[in-house]
Amino acid sequence: MNNDLVTVKKSTTVIPETNRRAELWRRIKKNKLIYLMILPGILYFLIYKYLPMYGLIIAFQDYKPYLGISGSEWVGFEHFKRLFSEPDFWMIFGNTLFLFLLQLVIFFPIPIILALMLNEVRNHAFKRTVQTIIYIPHFMSWVIIVSICYVILTLDGGVVNGILESLGFQQINFLLSDEWFRPMYILQVIWREAGWGTIIFLAAIAAVDPQLYEAARMDGANRLQQMIHITLPAIKSVIVVLLILKIGDVLELGFEHIYLLLNSSNRNVAEIFDTYVYTTGLQQGQFSYSTAVGFFKGIVGLVLVMFANWLAKKSGEEGVY
Amino acid sequence: MVEDKSIGSRLFNWTNIILLTIISLLTILPFIHVVASSFATSAELAAKRFVLIPTEWSLAAYKYIFSTDTVLRALGVSVGVTFFGTLWSMLLSVLTAYGLSRRDLVGRRFIMFFIVFTMLFNGGMIPMFLVVKETGLLDSYLSLIIPVSINAFNMIILKSFFQGLPDGLEESAKIDGCNDFGILFRIVLPCSMPVLATISLFYAVTYWNTYMHAILYLNDASKWPIQVLLRQIVVLAGGMNYDGANYTDVPPPEQTVKMAVIVVATIPVLLVYPFLQKHFAKGALLGSMKE
Repeated sequence: MNNDLVTVKKSTTVIPETNRRAELWRRIKKNKLIYLMILPGILYFLIYKYLPMYGLIIAFQDYKPYLGISGSEWVGFEHFKRLFSEPDFWMIFGNTLFLFLLQLVIFFPIPIILALMLNEVRNHAFKRTVQTIIYIPHFMSWVIIVSICYVILTLDGGVVNGILESLGFQQINFLLSDEWFRPMYILQVIWREAGWGTIIFLAAIAAVDPQLYEAARMDGANRLQQMIHITLPAIKSVIVVLLILKIGDVLELGFEHIYLLLNSSNRNVAEIFDTYVYTTGLQQGQFSYSTAVGFFKGIVGLVLVMFANWLAKKSGEEGVY
Repeated sequence: MVEDKSIGSRLFNWTNIILLTIISLLTILPFIHVVASSFATSAELAAKRFVLIPTEWSLAAYKYIFSTDTVLRALGVSVGVTFFGTLWSMLLSVLTAYGLSRRDLVGRRFIMFFIVFTMLFNGGMIPMFLVVKETGLLDSYLSLIIPVSINAFNMIILKSFFQGLPDGLEESAKIDGCNDFGILFRIVLPCSMPVLATISLFYAVTYWNTYMHAILYLNDASKWPIQVLLRQIVVLAGGMNYDGANYTDVPPPEQTVKMAVIVVATIPVLLVYPFLQKHFAKGALLGSMKE
């Protein structure tokens, strides 16, 4: 990709302007079928990705569906002002941040530990069986994951409350409780994604030079010491990159997942920006206000991704974008 | 590698194996419990709560869910959306990816940026809803397919793969008088079967699991795919409802019935899973490589 650019730049200094244009035009014409090929894809991105970005201007209007974008009244930053003065804003902000920290502190290390453990298994059939099993939940929709948790946790004949009862404890209404929402959320994330998350770390571990282990054994390092002093440092750069990617992802906590768990009794801990956009926008019809909320979230997300990428480059890792 | 036979090493091995076994069991037991319960009688499930192998097998739950055509129709919708959606997405993704894999394409860098940017920023839910509405897709099955035609990530995986193919392939086809479409469909695609299988499966799983778009764009309950119906039967009918609608006048379905609906919504994914697991893992790695 870079080479192309270099040759084009070089040629500009030698070939006169008119020739350069003709040359460019010749190259474009030569590939006219290729442009035809990518046309449907480009149209898709224009209509369903860029047109909604244009639609963000309704965040600065008092948008009425029957008046359209051109006929609706402009209100400037009115909706953003409302968002920041809304008492719910800080609750939503806090919830988003808390769930993100759960992801970072509790979820993030688990695939690394699992990958290290899998790497130590010498029996290939066993290793493959474990991998096959722990990848499965990744392919289940959130509806299935949440539904299974629902039938297991419900008061109405669920197995967990059955066990609690038989052990003489009080039953717990996990699904309608605000204390249990966060543990339930993070456990479901772990169940669905931890196994799948090992793939990238396993690949990184596979690239470690076996001679390093040889040398460590000569020095009398046991298996645990080899794991901590050889494998872990060797995959450090992969860990750093993924950690940074995760930071850029703060606001992507999964609308589908949380919307399934959300109800009026856990709203104070479960409402996040995406669910708030859905309820204020599509259920209450406040199109402009909810678009402003979504816009705010999108900008913060973009800034975080840029920041994370800059951090990656600064720490000596390759950037991601 | 020389095997270390010391006691410490063996202890380490066994601890590791036992822990991994427990983790695998914890992962898979809920699924087994649900499948087993769906074949148990309501009485047995109510009494024992936890069933791994039913003592008395019963198809009552399945007979019940298939006694009306609601579940069947939702399954039909999901099968149709998955089949046509995957075909459509693959067609568009392959065309775009192949075009962008050609190094001599003028404007390639700009177009790539144009696409990658959509992975970083988007218009969000409401403007997207308005575009879907304006393009006339509301309450149409197409609303589950057209707005997600191309997944930029999948497209980039395909593009990287096409770029990695030897240039000689295309050159020889050109000498034989093939045009660009001929090269793509007769030369490039037959050499790309593994990656095509992987990406098709990524798309198919996404379409099968589609849920958010259905609740956003489909008001007509008769058009719901299985995932939305599943949520309706298990989550909403159980009182965890946030829609403001009142479902309390309908008696909640029995546990075994809920289990059976979960199984029906899960089975298709599990059926293709074992055959293509290795492709999935490869695809995930391809995807994680720097573009």
